[in-house]
This record gives sequence, structure tokens and C-alpha cells, in this order.
Amino acid sequence: MPKLDLRGVVKQFGDHMVCNGIDLVVEEGQMVCLIGASGAGKSTLLRCINLLEPIEDGAIYLDGQDISVPGLNPQSVRARIGIVFQSFNLFPHMTALENVMLAPRRVRGQSRAQLLPEVKALFERFGLADRMNKYPDQLSGGQQQRVAIVRALAMKPEVMLFDEITSALDPQLVGEVLDVLLMLKGQGMTMVMATHEMGFARQAADKVCFLKDGRIVEEGPPQSIFETPTQDATQRFLARALK
Amino acid sequence: MPGPSTAGMTRRERYEAQQKRRSALIAATSTVTVVAALYFLVPLAPGWAKVQQSFFNGEVLIKTFPKLLDAFRINVMIFAWSAPAIAVLGLLIALARDAKSPALFPLRIFGAAFTDVFRGVPVILTVYLIGFGIPGLGLPRPWNSPYIWGSLALILTYSAYVAEIFRSGIDSVHHSQRAAALSLGLSERQVMRDVVLPQAIRNVVPSQMNMLIALQKDVSLLSFIGPVEIFRQAGVFKSLLANFTPYVGAAIIFLVVTIPATRYADHLMARQMRERR
Repeated sequence: MPKLDLRGVVKQFGDHMVCNGIDLVVEEGQMVCLIGASGAGKSTLLRCINLLEPIEDGAIYLDGQDISVPGLNPQSVRARIGIVFQSFNLFPHMTALENVMLAPRRVRGQSRAQLLPEVKALFERFGLADRMNKYPDQLSGGQQQRVAIVRALAMKPEVMLFDEITSALDPQLVGEVLDVLLMLKGQGMTMVMATHEMGFARQAADKVCFLKDGRIVEEGPPQSIFETPTQDATQRFLARALK
Repeated sequence: MPGPSTAGMTRRERYEAQQKRRSALIAATSTVTVVAALYFLVPLAPGWAKVQQSFFNGEVLIKTFPKLLDAFRINVMIFAWSAPAIAVLGLLIALARDAKSPALFPLRIFGAAFTDVFRGVPVILTVYLIGFGIPGLGLPRPWNSPYIWGSLALILTYSAYVAEIFRSGIDSVHHSQRAAALSLGLSERQVMRDVVLPQAIRNVVPSQMNMLIALQKDVSLLSFIGPVEIFRQAGVFKSLLANFTPYVGAAIIFLVVTIPATRYADHLMARQMRERR
């Protein structure tokens, strides 16, 4: 059974079809990269998986359970699926540590004291041990994004979604964030990421999907997508993106 | 003419220093001229002697000032218990108006009606209606006290405004903050309490400071239904001494409190503008 199984997902904003029947299978421990021009529907698809956007048609299965049933309480699903955003979205009135502890405290009812050892360990693992008590505006973009990743991981999610998490970073900070993803991949995390980092997708993805106008036009292992794309649209996109 | 102090300056710094001196000189000259003109010209007005006698009488001021200050304690007292009540009620109304659950629909209607009514009626009218109306029900002491019902009138009116400011603060928190909090599994209520409200409240502190300053002044409206606070006390002195100076004394006391508060609010506002940029 696939970890995540999307069947015919349709998402509309008014008359605008953002996701136009998307099928996608993500196996346990896989890293799937969504590539495509801005507006192709990558971000919206991720937000749909996290139930931040309700879908109009189709279904999304997590471990075989349909999580897109209307009326389902989204909280329990969201606690199992972490998402990290392009703009970090750390809570500016809390320190990095408080940002990370908020959800485990509120959703799982754990105390600060209970959480501290494991959260500390997370900070250390991602090279942020000396940044725990800083506020977001005292951190660099790369540090903020890594804290955002730690914040999502603190809920022990089964799947992580990454929405162009390096797009808002200065080029020299991109590497430190992508390294974190490689680390997670090494630990067997199931991940879906929308990205413009073609080099990274080629190197790290198990599967690459090219989206255009709300559809997956072509998908496959990175070698075939990047070296022998079969669709015109994919070839045109890559010609521009890899220039 | 670069003096010794300008020795190490660049060309540009010298130019700017010179411009600065020039501006200061012009500002000083113009201020002195305006003040001098007021000082010499106003007393030439035909009624000046009378106005000075009845509004700026030093003797009367000295005689009445301590009593005015005493009466001002009533203002401070009414302010001190009204302000927290306004903060709490205003926040509750704001939350009620943003309630999403259908079971809370009556609350939303109530919140909307509340803000419409109390923002729509002049404060003095609310003070009269509640301050005279409710004790008129024949309540026993101390429940017929104008302090209670007058304060309630202020609390209701100001809560309506404060609630609207809180709502604008809630709207000012970017929706991506909500999305981030929801994505972690937090409930709507937790998102509001832990993520949105703390930021919203911080965003509106300067605006709410201005409401506090306005409230401090409007406490005087209660004088119309009984309490002998500073404005009423000044009125008593006016009748007693046939002189308006006590009003000026009262104004001075208000200014001593409100000017620093206003300056502080402006300072907070300016800092916030800088941070947003």
C-alpha cells in the first residue's frame, strides 16, 4: 500500500482550475519532487494534501485511509503530515524553541519539561543548538527555514511536504537547507517537495513529476525526466529551467 | 569657512552641518518672532484685561489647584476600573464577532449590534440614559450609585471602539500564520489564542493607547450625572469665585497626564511603522 495516494484530485479557485485531475503515488520513504512553472499547481497540491485547501473532486489516501472525506476532522491528519512553507512562517512572537514546542504541547498535551530533551536533540541535529532561544527576526533566512523544518518534525510526522522552501533564500543559504532534506531522506522520511532546484531534484529525488496547468504531464525517475523527457512541454520547461 | 571642528569632515558632511546650522537658526528666529508677537499683541486686544482676570488669575489658581488635584483622583479611580473592563469586554466582543461556529451565530449578531449601537450614540447620551435610567428602576443603595452606572456607560461605549480595533488587529495578522499553525495540527481556537491574538494585540497597542487617552478625558462626562470629579469641582469653584481660572487649572492637570501619554503612543506608533518597513 502506498504511503500517499492521490487519485484524480481537482482543486478550483472560482473558475480557475488549479489542480485538474492529479494522480500521484508516493511510496513509503520516497522523495518525490514536483517541478514546473509558477502557477502550475505545485503549491496548491501540497496544501490540498495537508487539508489546508478542501478539494473539489478526487480523493487523497494516507496509508489507505481516505483523508479527503468532507467533514473529516483535519487536525488528526495534519498532525501526521508536516508542511514547510516558502516564507518560513515562524511565529514572530515566540523564540525558536517555543515555535517548535507549541504544537506538541497543545496537540499532544506534553509539558515543556517532557519535550525539552528531544527538542534539544532536534536542534542539535540540525546545527541550531545555539539558536534555540533566539526570536525569528534574530535568525538568518536559512536558520529560520531550518527551525521551521524542526517545528514540523517535532510533531513526528509520517510525511513531510516542502513548498519551495529555498525560493526565498539567498543563494549561499540554499545549501544548508537542502542538506537537511538529504539528512531526512537518509532517515527514511517520506517527502513531497515542490521545487525550482533542478540540480537537487536530479540528485536526490526518487521520482520527479512535471506539472503544467494543473496536470502531471510527465513523471518518472530523475534520469528519464531530465535526460530523456518524452513530452514537448517537459522539454521546453527544462530547456528554460536548466539554461 | 571650515572651523577647527570641521577639519576631519568630508565635503558632504561639511555641507550638511552647514545646512543644519542654517535650519536651526531659521527655526529659532521664527519661533521667537511668533512668541513675541503673541506676547505683545494679545494684551492689546480690548477685552484682554477681563479675560486675564477671569481665566488666568494666579491667585485663584493657587487657591483652587490642590482641591482640583484632589478631585482628579476621582477621575483616576473611575479610569482605573473602567480601563481593564473595557479591555476585557472589547476583546470578547471582537472574538464574538469573528466566531465561526454556527452555534455562536447569535453571539455574532449580538456583537455586531453592540458595536453599531454604542459607536452610533454620543457618549454623553449613553451616560445620561444609563446613568439616570438604571438607578431610576429604584435600586437600593449602593446599586443606585452614578459611579457604577456612569462607569458602565463608559465601559460599553469604549468597548465598542476597542473591539473594532482588536478586530482590525486580528485581520492584520497574515493568513500564512494561520496556515502554519493549522498545519501543525492546532485547533482553530488554539490558533487564535496562541498565534493570532498575541500578534494582533501587539499590533494594536498604539491605537489602544489613544483610546485610553480619550477615555481619561471622557471620564469627565460623568460629572453630568453626579460624581464630583475634576470638571465638576472646577465648576463649583467657578460659581463660588465667579472666575473661570479653575477650568484652566483642570485643563493643566489633564495635559500633565495626557501629553506624556500621547507622546508615548506616538512613539510606539512610529516604532511600529519603522518595524513594518
